[in-house]
Amino acid sequence: MNNAMRTMPAEAATVERYQGVVADSRFKRLWNANAPGYLFLLPWLLGFFGLTLGPALISLYLSFTDFDMLRSPGWVGAANYVRIATADPKFASAMSVTLTYVALSVPFKLAFALMVALALNRGVRGLPIYRAIFYLPSLLGASVAIAVLWRQLFAGDGLVNAALAQFGIQGPSWISHPSYSIYTLVALSVWQFGSPMIIFLAGLRQIPQDMYEAASLDGASKFRQFYKITLPLLTPVIFFNAVVQTIDAFKAFTPAFIISGGTGGPINSTLFYTLYLYQEAFGNFRMGYASALAWILVIIIAIFTAFSFLSSRYWVHYDD
Amino acid sequence: MTAIVTAPPPPSDVNKRSLPGSILVHALLIGGSLLMLYPLLWMLSASVRPENEIFTSTSIFPSSIDFSSYLRGWVGLDVSFGRFFWNSLVISVLTVIGNVIACSLAAFAFARLRFAGRNFWFAIMLGTLMIPYHVTLIPQYVLFLNLGWVNTILPLVVPKFLASDAFFIFLMVQFFRGIPRELDEAAMMDGCSAWRIYWKIMLPLSLPVLATAAIFSFIWTWDDFFGPLIYLNDMNTYTIQLGLRTFVDSTSASDWGGLFAMSTLTLVPVFFFFLFFQRLLIEGIATTGMKR
Repeated sequence: MNNAMRTMPAEAATVERYQGVVADSRFKRLWNANAPGYLFLLPWLLGFFGLTLGPALISLYLSFTDFDMLRSPGWVGAANYVRIATADPKFASAMSVTLTYVALSVPFKLAFALMVALALNRGVRGLPIYRAIFYLPSLLGASVAIAVLWRQLFAGDGLVNAALAQFGIQGPSWISHPSYSIYTLVALSVWQFGSPMIIFLAGLRQIPQDMYEAASLDGASKFRQFYKITLPLLTPVIFFNAVVQTIDAFKAFTPAFIISGGTGGPINSTLFYTLYLYQEAFGNFRMGYASALAWILVIIIAIFTAFSFLSSRYWVHYDD
Repeated sequence: MTAIVTAPPPPSDVNKRSLPGSILVHALLIGGSLLMLYPLLWMLSASVRPENEIFTSTSIFPSSIDFSSYLRGWVGLDVSFGRFFWNSLVISVLTVIGNVIACSLAAFAFARLRFAGRNFWFAIMLGTLMIPYHVTLIPQYVLFLNLGWVNTILPLVVPKFLASDAFFIFLMVQFFRGIPRELDEAAMMDGCSAWRIYWKIMLPLSLPVLATAAIFSFIWTWDDFFGPLIYLNDMNTYTIQLGLRTFVDSTSASDWGGLFAMSTLTLVPVFFFFLFFQRLLIEGIATTGMKR
């Protein structure tokens, strides 16, 4: 205590300066440790706050308003959500069309992808060529050109009916018939099974060969090997593909837009959820209502994903 | 989900496999391949065959070949398809540049730099992959409208320079983590700055993943329909996808040959990438589980 009093002025100055240096270098150290990382992240951070988080919060707010781009948004409470849930027949049909599409296209797509992957995994000759051919539609499929082509294939006087006519079958006008139109879109989605097929192939490569050899020695049949080895070990990949493809199917837009000329017709039979959202936002300028639709979509996808993860504990086999 | 695609295929126990079984599998695969390619080949032939044959023939071999459909289709709208191609090319190339720069910067920070909050931001970044873009769509539209950017390419391009395609960050982080840490640690010891390590070590060693990101960026942007549909209303600014859609609406049941000719042309760049960079595309999908 007294020691401090007796220190010489010059020394005191030194101590002070020394403490200053400590404080300074602590800041410097913090800066040196963190600045490079944040500088590298800067573009992404700007994008995240300016184009993702900010807009997401604003759209959450707008979903409780009657915003129409002309007047400033007026608060309407939960009215949009109430209307969606109780008094919007178009929402109901969009939801049922989308769920039908998801429920049909995803299982078929994955089944084809898995079957072809298994066939290719037998070590067939020309694997790269087959793999490329089966992948090509998947790569081209997102474009307007393919949707245009599909519209023509399934038209009343299109290629599919011309092919059926050779067997003496009179096909319906697929795309303009409300009972069949959705199936043309399902077919288009299933045709693009290339990506999940490649992921399945990669998963099959991971399965150790000696497992099969051991099973063969024990006299297990090919079918039993598939059922007891391949399928369980592939469940993580199946699960992954199912989740990704389902989320993607919920968001499908372009083919329905092109095939129905933007209407979702005939009689709302191809009114995908995102197409309805687009019509509300950019056709009718009901931006508040469309924001509510967008948040409902998020909730539906979140619920589905949560269920998938919960159910995965019972059927997905992870190596520990 | 990290599979090594280039690994040799599992040894085929040919001696154990029956010949009829092999023949059957090949027959099924060849049949399947033909079925997969048939619509594409049919479209190609519809673009070069006489107009009256398009609806009467199921064959993919045209009776005679003439390219007049291409000439008709090219100038079938008030604005020529050359303009649409140019617009699409500009947007796609700028997107590729934006994605490669912004995503690799962020990926380098996540994969290699230590800073407070890194894991938190990384989790947030992965979270943004899950969110459908419809949630940010309307406020973004209002924002760009107020900035006076609607009807320009800015709303389609500027976000890419802010790493809005977070998927590519994820792709690059996966790759960067596979590069031996000794390399940058040695450089650190020698007093290299983070920037120099990124520029001189990371990027040169990451050309495969940068190429993969560039190719997928290009294809996805080239095929994108929703973005241009919302932001581009003037025909002079249309991308080919919008041009094609306008062509469908304006020529319904009149110039099918021209429509299929232009449709075929829009697929040419994507097909080119498929032909020359197939391995990169397939590896990209196999290692990250992309949806397309």
